[in-house]
Amino acid sequence: MNNQELIIEVNNLKTYFKLDEGTVKAIDGATFNIRRGETLGLVGESGCGKSMIARSILRIIDPPGKIVDGQILFHRNAGFTDGGKHVEKVIDLAKINPNSPEMRAIRGAEIAMIFQEPMTSLSPVYTIGNQIIEAIQLHRPVTNEQARQEAIDALRRVGMSLPERRVDEYPHQLSGGMRQRAMIAMALSCQPSLLLADEPTTALDVTTQAQILELMMRLKREFGMGIVMITHDLGVIAEIAQRVVVMYLGRVAEIADVRSLFHDPRHPYTQALLKSIPKVGRRARVRLQSVKGMVPNPYDRPNGCLFHPRCPAFMPGVCDRSEPPLISLGGERQVSCFLYGGAEKS
Amino acid sequence: MSEQTSSTSPQKSVPVLLNVKNLCKYFPIQRGILRRTVGYVRAVDKVNFYILEGETLGLVGESGCGKTTTGRCILRGIEPTSGEIIFLDETETLRDVAKLNKRDLGLLRKDMQMIFQDPYSSLNPRWTLLEIVGEPLVVNHLAKGKELEEQVADLLQRVGLRPEYMRRYPHAFSGGERQRIGIARALASRPKLVVCDEPVSALDVSVRAQTLNLLQDLQAEFKLTYLFISHDLSVVEHICDRVAVMYVGKLVEMAETEELYLQPLHPYTEALMSAVPKSDPDIVSDHIVLEGEVPDPGKPPSGCYFHPRCRYAIERCRVQSPELEEIKPGHFVSCHRARELSLRGVPV
Repeated sequence: MNNQELIIEVNNLKTYFKLDEGTVKAIDGATFNIRRGETLGLVGESGCGKSMIARSILRIIDPPGKIVDGQILFHRNAGFTDGGKHVEKVIDLAKINPNSPEMRAIRGAEIAMIFQEPMTSLSPVYTIGNQIIEAIQLHRPVTNEQARQEAIDALRRVGMSLPERRVDEYPHQLSGGMRQRAMIAMALSCQPSLLLADEPTTALDVTTQAQILELMMRLKREFGMGIVMITHDLGVIAEIAQRVVVMYLGRVAEIADVRSLFHDPRHPYTQALLKSIPKVGRRARVRLQSVKGMVPNPYDRPNGCLFHPRCPAFMPGVCDRSEPPLISLGGERQVSCFLYGGAEKS
Repeated sequence: MSEQTSSTSPQKSVPVLLNVKNLCKYFPIQRGILRRTVGYVRAVDKVNFYILEGETLGLVGESGCGKTTTGRCILRGIEPTSGEIIFLDETETLRDVAKLNKRDLGLLRKDMQMIFQDPYSSLNPRWTLLEIVGEPLVVNHLAKGKELEEQVADLLQRVGLRPEYMRRYPHAFSGGERQRIGIARALASRPKLVVCDEPVSALDVSVRAQTLNLLQDLQAEFKLTYLFISHDLSVVEHICDRVAVMYVGKLVEMAETEELYLQPLHPYTEALMSAVPKSDPDIVSDHIVLEGEVPDPGKPPSGCYFHPRCRYAIERCRVQSPELEEIKPGHFVSCHRARELSLRGVPV
């Protein structure tokens, strides 16, 4: 894979929330990249900063959160040359003003996002159609008539029955699955090159979840966009992701392709996480192997490797001294753990 | 109906702790200025099942299928519309919980407790742990004063919390710790039956495993019987001895866990199993994607409630509602075609 195909490069990103009680390091030096057209899984437990990554990319972090360091390089598609080659323009989303016209042109049009709870992210006082039309007209000069037609088409594409009628309905008239479809229709109305999906199926039932995942995969094939699937559900990751970034407390623990991650996890956190999930079909009434302890308090983060107080492979004097760097294990794989090197020679 | 009732009676030597017969809960739909009742939402509709002493029965289904309502009806947190809830109490006598008066119910409640889904809203933020965990002991006159503190300390220790935390308030604890507080409170009065309503759904993966292990340890230690309500089929498979599946207020299938997962007999169970994401990228997912939505329990379809979404539906399914029958020993299903279909279980 060469750099040409990258769409987002996140380099040493730090997003902090400075509060009276102290600084919450929601993202603390995350480095990874997203490729054009791939499905990247971003997994971790609550508080690991996975949602904050998406919000940082789109620059929609709620105050007092701020990007304090790092880069988010967005390879923007700026048309084609005469020879038909992509022309890319690289901009650093971490540096530009979140309210600038440039950011607003990217947000929603080139990078779109769908949220976990469709009831709170859709406005209850506007119809579904109104909200999709607004998104279309914000980014493209189309007439009201055209925009409405496009909204109806968008709803049809996401498998909404009777889109001509649904377009004039309010979110409360739709079921959870239908609302999530409407959200997806809105996100895709401008044909983004990257879709950030923040726990899109967590609030849904399994059968509805299966419908939505299938829909997302179909749309990905149709539009050729990349998807960042943010979830805590490793099952969802196994089903749809190609590459996976595992996060723990704002840092990247491991990056791997999906098969290696599930068959040969390297970071002790990933190993523990995979052992702690009961698997359907692996009937065994044995005890689950759990990760000991709790996710630490955000104000009271451990020194060195953030996972060391819970880690079964903790090496005293090494893991609690310095932060393990993200080291390459060859191929797709990177891990941030002293077991695989990176410790300073003493 | 009597025939159906007898068919769900167990034939095992282990005593039946709870036998639910034809449990119904209808919520009236009221319209207009006079609040006339124009119909009923059949949240729980003629549900039959039993739980043996010491076992864990899973109750699964999608949101709105009535599994929580069933759990609450058993404890009379919600008044059931009709049906019997036969509970084997401490003195080994069978009592119908549905018909108990308020005083007797209060006495029986110490034998039946509940663990709730959301550890944030189910604990009173103005109470200390001592008050929360000690309340069942106080109201049942089981302990007071110094003894109360000792018992609470013991309970906290058993669920893996430090007894020194007794004077703290719930806000000082993480989600997993709060769920442990809820578990300690449920166990305080030494119940026989604990209704666990999605006890791990709100927890993170690593904490979920700890909590499931804790529930299993406590079950062995206190000889508890669990009714485990969940929508998470992998958790249910892990912890339950038998599983009952609900769909739109009705019980559609009930069997031993392994049997249900490997050889489901109801098309809805089959679809539900296939929809669960498998944590293995090598399994090529082959979902049976159900078309449409779960019907509104206020206006359910005719015949079998699942027929509009069922790929095996025949004419009979549209007109006649199937009854729950025991097709194999211990395997109950309500489907007209259960005997002829060969359905797919979870790939192992």
